[in-house]
Amino acid sequence: MVTTYLEKESTEQTIQTTVQLHMEHILKVHNLEIFYGEKRAVNGISMDIEKNSITALIGPSGCGKSTFLRSVNRMNDLIPGARAQGEIIYEDLNILSKQINVVALRKEIGMVFQKPNPFPKSIYENITHALKFSGLKKKSQLDELVEESLQKAALWDEVKDRLHKSALSLSGGQQQRLCIARTIAMKPTVMLLDEPSSALDPISNAKVEDLIVELKKDYSIIIVTHNMQQASRISDKTAFFLSGDLIEYDATEKIFTNPSVKKTEEYISGRFG
Amino acid sequence: MSARANFDNNLKELKEMLLEMAHKSEQAMKESMVALLNQDMDKAKKVIDGDNEIDDMEDAINNKALLLIARESPVATDLRKISVALKVSSEVERLADIAVNIAKSTLQIGNEEYFKDIIDIPKMMGMALEMVSESITAYYSEDIEIAKKCAEKDDAVDNMFGDLIQELLSYIPKNPNATNQIIQLSFVCRFIERIADHSTNIAENVVYLVTGKRINLNE
Repeated sequence: MVTTYLEKESTEQTIQTTVQLHMEHILKVHNLEIFYGEKRAVNGISMDIEKNSITALIGPSGCGKSTFLRSVNRMNDLIPGARAQGEIIYEDLNILSKQINVVALRKEIGMVFQKPNPFPKSIYENITHALKFSGLKKKSQLDELVEESLQKAALWDEVKDRLHKSALSLSGGQQQRLCIARTIAMKPTVMLLDEPSSALDPISNAKVEDLIVELKKDYSIIIVTHNMQQASRISDKTAFFLSGDLIEYDATEKIFTNPSVKKTEEYISGRFG
Repeated sequence: MSARANFDNNLKELKEMLLEMAHKSEQAMKESMVALLNQDMDKAKKVIDGDNEIDDMEDAINNKALLLIARESPVATDLRKISVALKVSSEVERLADIAVNIAKSTLQIGNEEYFKDIIDIPKMMGMALEMVSESITAYYSEDIEIAKKCAEKDDAVDNMFGDLIQELLSYIPKNPNATNQIIQLSFVCRFIERIADHSTNIAENVVYLVTGKRINLNE
């Protein structure tokens, strides 16, 4: 009896290992440490981020998940005293290296924040602002990109007749999808989402979640969320952070049904945090 | 107060409801066997009438479990506790149905004198009831070892079932007037064999509850 059980388990493991071997990684994080002055906020974590999948980062406030997220497109550079060590390998380059052109990097690794932050300009200009800045001037091309990115962000039908109205006239949920469209317009490969729907009502939240799942066909997505249901609904893999350490990183299904570490279970079941 | 104390209390209550239901089902099975052996028609009817109460208990457990899923968004062990309570309550409800089936066979046989002493059937019932008791203890204490110990007995009950059926059927040619009771007693043997199967299912659910892994203890 027991031997049959063990055999079954090892077959399962073999299948899992085989699947992992065939998974392509868009980012490889190795021994990443992040400091704010003297304080170490991330303690040497290593993890591979899969291509065209959604990776959720969860953990209580101050666990280092947002710090980690921001380091992926060097947003921490803007914080005085912040520094990072270790490696985040993207297309054979270490993102943390001084030689990296941060502006170019952020085109490829875009970010959407917790609170929708459209520019106080028209919907159209919100999308075209960065495109123009990067040298694209032709109106027909800009028009095309505006439509394409608004379509992808599932916002086109709602705003196509008022593209030149202020973005601030949109609802919170629409504003957030506009911010996602703005990121999409830059044709990134990775999208970093920092609690993108925590400020939204349930319907807008559901729209943004559906959109994120749709977007993984074209992009690799890393999302920080405090909403356990959201992490379990939309992500493929989940990483649990605690006090700057990566405690557990596994398939979302495994994390939410049978996590290996007791602390993970206590956190996801709401026993602390 | 610990985080989610209310939820923890509700999970505890769910478990207690199920233990209470299991206790009632065990009682019903024991009573049904006593009724069969003593040809006690009143007792058999009481077992049949008592089944409604057990069905209601199952409904209450199901309602509470679904409400907890809807309200508390359980994950991991919490989720397994609830899903296992749903599964085990359904097994326990089947156990109570088996008590009813045995009682119905008792009524079918009626007061017609047994063609021979009934010795092995209560023995087999004793083994099956031990498995029930162990599987419920395993559930109560979340103990895999007890669960495995319970399941190991299933083969013995199966073997005894095979032997008893053969023996019973071999009596028919010599006792043609007792055909009805022999058939009913054969049914009873089959019912008891199912008790052992349901206990094994409960034991497997205990293993899943504790480890998160589904295994077949019946192989």
